[in-house]
Amino acid sequence: MQTNVELLTEDTGVRERLVRMYRQMVAIRLFEERVNDLYTRALMPGLAHLYLGEEAVAVGICEALRTDDYITSTHRGHGHCLAKGAQPHLMFAELLGKEAGYCKGKGGSMHIADPKTGNLGANAIVGGSAGIATGAAFASKYLKQDRVAVCFFGEGALGQGLLYEEMNMAQLWKLPVIYACENNMYNEYTHYSEATAGEISDRPKAFGIATEIIDGQNVREVYAVASRYIERARRGDGPAFLQLNTYRYHGHHVGDIARAYYRPKAEEEQWRAERDPIARHMEYLVAQDIADGAALHAIEQEMAEQMEAAVAFAIAAPYPDPARVAEDIYA
Amino acid sequence: MPETASAVRELSFGEAIREAIAEEMRRDHRIVLLGEDVAEAGTTFKVLKGLVEEFGTGRIIDTPISEPGFTGLAVGAAMTGMRPIVDIMFGDFMTLVMDQVANQAAKIHYMSGGAWKAPMVIRATMGATRRSAAQHSQSLHAWPSHIPGLKVVVPSTPGDAKGLLKAAIRDDNPVVFFEDKISYTKVKGPVPDGDYVIPLGVADVKREGRDVTFVATSSMVQVALGAATMLEAVGIDAEVVDPRTMWPLDERTLIESVRKTSRCIVMDEGYQRYGVSGELVSVIQEGAFYDLDAPVKRLCAMHVPIPFSPSLEDATVPTEADAFALARQMCNR
Repeated sequence: MQTNVELLTEDTGVRERLVRMYRQMVAIRLFEERVNDLYTRALMPGLAHLYLGEEAVAVGICEALRTDDYITSTHRGHGHCLAKGAQPHLMFAELLGKEAGYCKGKGGSMHIADPKTGNLGANAIVGGSAGIATGAAFASKYLKQDRVAVCFFGEGALGQGLLYEEMNMAQLWKLPVIYACENNMYNEYTHYSEATAGEISDRPKAFGIATEIIDGQNVREVYAVASRYIERARRGDGPAFLQLNTYRYHGHHVGDIARAYYRPKAEEEQWRAERDPIARHMEYLVAQDIADGAALHAIEQEMAEQMEAAVAFAIAAPYPDPARVAEDIYA
Repeated sequence: MPETASAVRELSFGEAIREAIAEEMRRDHRIVLLGEDVAEAGTTFKVLKGLVEEFGTGRIIDTPISEPGFTGLAVGAAMTGMRPIVDIMFGDFMTLVMDQVANQAAKIHYMSGGAWKAPMVIRATMGATRRSAAQHSQSLHAWPSHIPGLKVVVPSTPGDAKGLLKAAIRDDNPVVFFEDKISYTKVKGPVPDGDYVIPLGVADVKREGRDVTFVATSSMVQVALGAATMLEAVGIDAEVVDPRTMWPLDERTLIESVRKTSRCIVMDEGYQRYGVSGELVSVIQEGAFYDLDAPVKRLCAMHVPIPFSPSLEDATVPTEADAFALARQMCNR
């Protein structure tokens, strides 16, 4: 299942795309580092599930999508939302429970939704959005809109029956939906091998769904393969299942600090040192003479300043008026 | 009935449901119907017979036996520009779709701060005495009634079923619509010709009376009306009020009726314990407390898994005789 991911780097559009993907991955990393900081300083209520380490998955896939394409996201969803075009200051405002946030403070970290960028919402029921994504694909086909829906989920969702019901209908009805399985190897605090019989990729194949295993730490490979299947779905040739092998640098949530009982520290260090998606992409950009170190450093600076401003906006923003608690229950 | 409608015909409950769906589907191409054997078979109850001939398999869609799957798919389709109707063959299967209904459809509007909405109808059946035993006989309308973000409809007559289903289809929220399967063929009644809509949240006084109010839902409306006729013989003038929707709930009409009669019996085919009857009683006693001559009483399904044997099953559902006896006792006559 090797895929040719060599992109034509002499093409200006491609060069811009490669730099843009770097910028987006950096944005997610810096965003999540600030979430970690806000949370540990008790400025953020609730729960925080960080996407650190998995940036290439969301960025590579969303780079292949149009703004009017759909995504559904997960409890570990900040990366998907940002990659699909969410604005950091409105994200932070939502994470802090502020009126200015994407959901007026009613959804929080696990429920960011934004119709403007096709984000159907992050879902805190594991696998719970498989129906929504498949239904969006159904509507796209029925309404002849040629939009594609991407359903992001972790390998933990492979235990949920809903996913298989949806894959069955998607393949029967040739719906334009991509099932993006982020295999970060841990169902919460349990290694996936203890929860997943057989090979992951055999499951979608049983429905006859086109399936690929992808190095989720290589943003160019993610983009190249995702593009192919997204355009295939757009043409009407049906769904695909992408298994994106990746790694969650932090715990299941910010408070999950003592992790040695379920995964060795050496494993975490090895993934960070050898397979970091941002470092690997940076090396590629420099080696291919697409950008020099100074230019990439400038991007980091720019993103850091943007995130600082976004956090400041969110901290200064007011909380919702309690008198509005019963608004938006019914449309 | 609304004055806009002209001629009135006699239809069965099931025919009225079919007519509502057909008229709405002609009006709005975004409406599709998804469910198990809904197309050529027209459902196991034959309620949808003929729809596939008019609308085709692209709109009357047979699904795999995957209730959570097609209900979840409908949530996503509703969010992205369609107005799906899903058919849950037996209301007992609400157990299978509750995540999609209660955690997804009901919450997406609120969780997204009003950014997304899910205009869809979940049609499910209810009602016992079909000798279908414990997994095909329950009336689980209390479950969605408990969840903010859902609307719940429990029609009792063909005329109401048609007008309320059209309102449910046009509503921008997820609406769970419970159809009593015994009523499909057994209950017939006047249905106006042409387009009419009964707004959700308006109760209907099915029979006026002075001495006691039956607040009855769905299948129990016919039972209450039968009991009211029996009560005439002993000089008791019973009123029958049908809330028609569990949410929104027309509290005022219920309270006004009971303030007038000073006695009330709530009748519902759901389980009594922690069911909708408890909520109805609470609303009534709070609103009519100073006019009550007796505690508000209930007649509901017995708290037992619904048994198969006719002699056992019949003992679990309130009857006209039960309602007659309880009303006499409350009125001391």
